[in-house]
Amino acid sequence: MEFTEEQLQRYSRHIILPEVGGKGQKKLLNAKVFIVGAGGLGCPVGYYLTAAGIGTIGIIDNDNVELSNLQRQIAHSVHTLGMPKVESAKRTFEALNPDVKIIAIKDRITKDNIIDLIKDYDVIVDGSDNFPTRYLVNDACVMLGKPLVSGAILRFEGQVTTILPKEGHCYRCLFEEPPPPGLVPSCQEAGVLGILPGVIGALQATEVIKLILGKGEVLKNELLIYNALNTTFRKVKVRRNPECPVCSDTPRIKELVDYSEGYCALR
Amino acid sequence: MEPDKRINIKGLVCPYTFVKAKLAIEDMEVGQVLEILLDYEEASRSIPNSMEDHGHKVLKVEKINDTDWIIQVRKERD
Repeated sequence: MEFTEEQLQRYSRHIILPEVGGKGQKKLLNAKVFIVGAGGLGCPVGYYLTAAGIGTIGIIDNDNVELSNLQRQIAHSVHTLGMPKVESAKRTFEALNPDVKIIAIKDRITKDNIIDLIKDYDVIVDGSDNFPTRYLVNDACVMLGKPLVSGAILRFEGQVTTILPKEGHCYRCLFEEPPPPGLVPSCQEAGVLGILPGVIGALQATEVIKLILGKGEVLKNELLIYNALNTTFRKVKVRRNPECPVCSDTPRIKELVDYSEGYCALR
Repeated sequence: MEPDKRINIKGLVCPYTFVKAKLAIEDMEVGQVLEILLDYEEASRSIPNSMEDHGHKVLKVEKINDTDWIIQVRKERD
C-alpha cells in the first residue's frame, strides 16, 4: 500500500517519528480496534484513534445522547441529542478522518454476543461504566487471548491498565469478583469531573497505539492511577495470580458470566 | 558514489521534504545509498540532522547550483 498525498500530509507528524515511520503508520491503518462504550472514555479513545488513522474502529453502546452527557462525552453535541451514541460518535469521527471505517453497533454487550463482536479485532478497549461489563470484557479477552486496555473513572480519580492475557495480569488477578451491587457508587450517583475521562481516554488510546506499533512499554502488570484533584500519577504493581479464576492455567471460570442481575445502572 | 536510489523533492517544503526522504529510505536495504535532490534551503540542513538522528550516515551535502542541493545518505538501520 502506498500513501496518498492526503495521507502524507495528515500523518506527517507520525511518519517523521523514528518509532512510527511509514511502516508504523501503515500498521495503524491496517489495525482494527474495538471500543466498549461511546461515553466518557469511548469518546476520547475513539476520537484520538480516528485521528491517528486506525483503519477500523468498532464501537458498541446501547444508549442515546442526553444533555447530561455533554459535560464530558466530547464526540456528542446538541445536534445529536436523542440520537444513539454510537451513531453520534460515528458522525464525529468520520468528520475528523474519512480514512477510518467506523462500525457503530447500538446494542448491549452480553455474554451471548461478545465473542462474535470482538473476535476479528486486534485490540479491545474497555470504556464501560459498570462492573458486569468490565468483568465480561475481561473474561472474553482472556478466553480469546486479545489485548485489552481497560479504563475506569469516578469523581476525580481514574485508572488505566493493559491486559495481555497469559503474559501479564488480568482484571480478575486484581479483583477476583465484582463488588456487590450498590457498594461502589456509579458516576451517576457520585459524579465525575468532566475532563477526567479525557485524560484517562487519552492514556488508553496511547496504550492501544503502542500495542499496534510494538513500541515502548505498556501497563502490563501495572495499574496507573491518576488523581485529578492532587495532580498525581501513581503506578501500582500487579502480579498475575497463579490461581486467577479466569487466566490461570487451571481456570475455574470457563464460560462467560452474566453479573448484570441487581445492577440498576444497566439499561 | 553511485546511489542505489534517487528521489527528487524539489518544490516541497518541511516537513514533507523529510517525510518523502524517510519513506524512501525505509523501503531500502541497510547499506544502500539514497540520493535526494532538493531546492528548499532549510531542508538542506534539517534532512541531514534528522537522518543522523534516525541513525543513518550522511555521506554528502552539496550545493550543485543556485537553487539546488544534493544529499547522499547511507541506510544504517531498519
